[in-house]
Amino acid sequence: MLEVRGLSAAYGKAQVLFELDFVAHAGEVLALLGRNGAGKSTALKRIMGLLPPRTGEIRFGGARIDALPPFRIARLGLGYVPEERRIFTDLSVRENLEVGRQPPRDGAAHWTPDRLFELFPNLGRMQDRLGGRMSGGEQQMLAVARTLMGNPRAILLDEPAEGLAPIVVEQVALAIRELKAQGLCVLLCEQNLHFARQLADRACLLEQGRIRASGTLEAVESLYAMV
Amino acid sequence: MTVLSVRALAKSYGGVHALRGVSFGVAAGELVALIGPNGAGKTTCFDVLNGQSAADAGAVELDGRSLLGLTPRQIWRLGVGRTFQITATFGSMTVRENVQTALLSRQRRLWSLISLAAHACVDDADALLARVGILEQAHRPCAVLAYGDLKRVELAMALANQPRLLLMDEPTAGMAPGERGELMRLAAGLAREDGTAVLFTEHDMEVVFTHADRVLVLAEGELIAQGRPDVVRADARVREVYLGGGDA
Amino acid sequence: MTAASVLLQFLNGLASASSLFLVAAGLSLIFGVTRIVNFAHGSLFMLGMYAAVALAPYVGFWWSVPLAALAVGALGAVLEALLLRRLYAAPELLQLLATFALVLIIKDFALWAWGPEDLLGPRAPGLEGAVAIAGSRFPEYDVFLIACGPIVLAALWQLLRRTRWGTLVRAATQDRDMANALGVDQRHLFGSVFALGALLAGLGGALQIPREPATLAIDLQVISDAFVVVVVGGLGSIPGAFLAALLIGEIKAFCIGLGFSEFTLAVEFVVMAIVLVLRPWGLLGQMPAPVRGAGAHEPAFALPSRGALQALVAVALALCVVPLLSGGYTLVLLTDILLFALFAVSLHFLMGPGGMLSFGHAAYFGLGAYGAGLLLLKAETSMGLALLAAPLFAVFAAVVFGWFCVRLSGVYLAMLTLAFAQITWSVVYQWDAFTGGSNGLIGIWPAGWLSGKTAYYYVTLATSLAGIAAMWRVLYAPFGYALRAGRDSPLRADAIGIDVRAQQWAGFVFAGLFAGIAGALYAFSKGSISPEALAVPRSVDGLVMVLLGGLHTLTGPVWGAALFTWLQDSVARGFDYWRAVIGAVILLLVIAVPGGLGSILRARSSR
Repeated sequence: MLEVRGLSAAYGKAQVLFELDFVAHAGEVLALLGRNGAGKSTALKRIMGLLPPRTGEIRFGGARIDALPPFRIARLGLGYVPEERRIFTDLSVRENLEVGRQPPRDGAAHWTPDRLFELFPNLGRMQDRLGGRMSGGEQQMLAVARTLMGNPRAILLDEPAEGLAPIVVEQVALAIRELKAQGLCVLLCEQNLHFARQLADRACLLEQGRIRASGTLEAVESLYAMV
Repeated sequence: MTVLSVRALAKSYGGVHALRGVSFGVAAGELVALIGPNGAGKTTCFDVLNGQSAADAGAVELDGRSLLGLTPRQIWRLGVGRTFQITATFGSMTVRENVQTALLSRQRRLWSLISLAAHACVDDADALLARVGILEQAHRPCAVLAYGDLKRVELAMALANQPRLLLMDEPTAGMAPGERGELMRLAAGLAREDGTAVLFTEHDMEVVFTHADRVLVLAEGELIAQGRPDVVRADARVREVYLGGGDA
Repeated sequence: MTAASVLLQFLNGLASASSLFLVAAGLSLIFGVTRIVNFAHGSLFMLGMYAAVALAPYVGFWWSVPLAALAVGALGAVLEALLLRRLYAAPELLQLLATFALVLIIKDFALWAWGPEDLLGPRAPGLEGAVAIAGSRFPEYDVFLIACGPIVLAALWQLLRRTRWGTLVRAATQDRDMANALGVDQRHLFGSVFALGALLAGLGGALQIPREPATLAIDLQVISDAFVVVVVGGLGSIPGAFLAALLIGEIKAFCIGLGFSEFTLAVEFVVMAIVLVLRPWGLLGQMPAPVRGAGAHEPAFALPSRGALQALVAVALALCVVPLLSGGYTLVLLTDILLFALFAVSLHFLMGPGGMLSFGHAAYFGLGAYGAGLLLLKAETSMGLALLAAPLFAVFAAVVFGWFCVRLSGVYLAMLTLAFAQITWSVVYQWDAFTGGSNGLIGIWPAGWLSGKTAYYYVTLATSLAGIAAMWRVLYAPFGYALRAGRDSPLRADAIGIDVRAQQWAGFVFAGLFAGIAGALYAFSKGSISPEALAVPRSVDGLVMVLLGGLHTLTGPVWGAALFTWLQDSVARGFDYWRAVIGAVILLLVIAVPGGLGSILRARSSR
């Protein structure tokens, strides 16, 4: 589904990603593990076209996307949920969803606000609330729901559990599992092992911009703990 | 010896009670964790302690001196150091210059137009950098530092004032597990050496239960539990509102 | 004042509020989405006026208005596609500079197309008469204008709240990258927003032609008014712009009605200063999202190398021997360059390390110049004393204005500096008896021993070099570090006991002092001064100098001042449309060399 070959990136003169290679398939959760500054968020932004192209080849559903602007990539069915959530705080829940809306897509679930309110019942209870008046956990749900409005075939999730109370983290994990069951491809950036353990089928360990190890979560996990 | 003492602290914003009658103390050399769900009042509590917002009622004392009504700068002079959740350092300066600026501020020399800042307090700055373990990066600009190292720069800057109390807002956010333990051990060691009281907020329960001497749990503006980590962990109310059913 | 005349003034205020609102709403909309403060918005208004006046004889007034508005809207779309699109990721300052370049180009285009004379427009057919209100006659056309404001507000409100386009615009206003990542095509969105904003400006201009003639000077006048309205209302808030337009429109109307018309220029800026101090983000504005690590992109600056110091000394020595080799014109030009270099370095001190963007730095330059003139002519002091004491005028103003300014940051601070500069300008411009009004002061010649070009060149050389050296030196002192600390991270600076506002205030005054010295030198070198010495274009000259040289280098502003002064001097002599040429050069530089000349030198030397 998502294929990354030789991906590099740099801020100014400082190179932050070196030749990343990985593949994520439909219906699976691939975790990118690593501490802050290891390059996880940069990799996601780079895939999403939010950072200027450097080198490497990114294919999504077979098509090259590495030279496309973000909105084109999103319209191909790749969704992105950033680390800071980036809810539109002046817009209501419904309006936030409207921004993410795209036409139905072949080979992907067709999401409507009502279907999303079934997946995230507490969002359904606050449809007119402004994004800025929601708690961190609610914003996280909205960020995921907003991306689903684009009927994506794959989503990039950047640390969805960061800063949330353990009890809310469980709800987020539940929702991600549900999406996976529906056949979505999920690329999950995570530094929290405990959370990744609940969800990931496979993992890559990122260290200083390089993939240090990849494979099953158990194999990668032991290396990560030693960092 | 109690360094920080907070009694019946209350604060509300537009009808919402962010803090209602919170009381606790932190002793010299002690590490105390303040945890709770988002919106429980942790941020408000920190803001009141360091003078960014005013309390409605209650008392906050550092070594017996009231901190209420003082500006952040006055509170800093009395000996309260801070680190931030998202590191805040001076990006256009080198690591050493960051610490030198803090030292110059402590000596009230930042109005000097004559002396060369780059030559001021070099030894003291290097001693602090050595304590937090980044002396070898002293000449590097902060803008290019790794995240974990920035946290250390912040710690060195906070220590430049020889604080009685260190406030750390989510000190390990954004770090790898191994690194988290390392930073907390460093902070704990420094605190014990200097007899500094440490109060920190944290979302990583592993860090909290490994490194804190005591844990305070805030929920909806009230302190619902406090005590030794194992006691708090087993508390039924804490599991219900914060830790959840799973193994946290 | 009778009740009837109060009512009449009130209605007058409403009528002028309408056209203010049209311009301000467009400016606010464009800023909200693109984060670009469009300096050329007043020029679009002016084009709307000229276009309507030109079209009216052929199609009649009522067709000329929508056609002119559409034409200006289409021009807006073209400008967005050709120019602004390249600037969205550029630093704020370059964006402002690029739109100011448009001001210069559009002004010269209008000069070329319609000539320098004011053009009177037709009256509105069907609305030529007046209605009787409380015994007085009130023009029918003004009643129509009063209705226009709320109609446009309601239409914009519906558009933004009820349509998908509006939802996307509001989303992009807040976080355009996120909207982009959700599949929103920014190019169409930004292009349409810019076109709509331009259309509103053009409409505002076209609707104004029955009331006043089209003139070339209206661009800066309108943009200053619109800035005030937008900042008072809150950047990006359309209802805020409406409220502020009413407020300003009424206050101005009553000032005229009460017979204080000489205060109208200043009064709106006083209102703005008060609002900004009480509500820093405007009446209905919100605190802008914190800028992520503003200082993070600033290069660390190390102590200069021995080689660099030697090169600077060599340049200084070369400047000392110039009079031995050359005279006349070269010395006059070099004198200008030196004092403008001092001015530019003081502005750089404020904007670069100080982190305070100023659009009104000429106020301090001009006050230094007027201080010198007034001391010499009115107080009849000696030239030496006048030169020494003149900068105190600038210092006094910087102390007062700076106190307000350091309470704000970013674009808001820049707007406030502009406001104070405009107040200063309007006082100087209108106080005929004391400052000579629009004619300025003449006969400010240096004392006998300095009257020669060579002698005055040496005085300027010594003073400028000493001033520049002093500012550079202070940046390496603890004070300079404290300033940079406050810019890089106000949060951290506060947490290590730095009084950021006090340090910034002192920095503001320090920069004002040296600008004042440059102004005093200027007054004696020219022998006369006019209000132009402290008008907005002079402030922009300073910004252009700093940006030409590059904000991130210490010596950049000096090279920038040299190039700009030389360019202005050589181009302005032989060509009517020299402003457009300077505008084109700015655009070229902003797009091709965004780091300034200094960045080229640095890239060379680091190779």
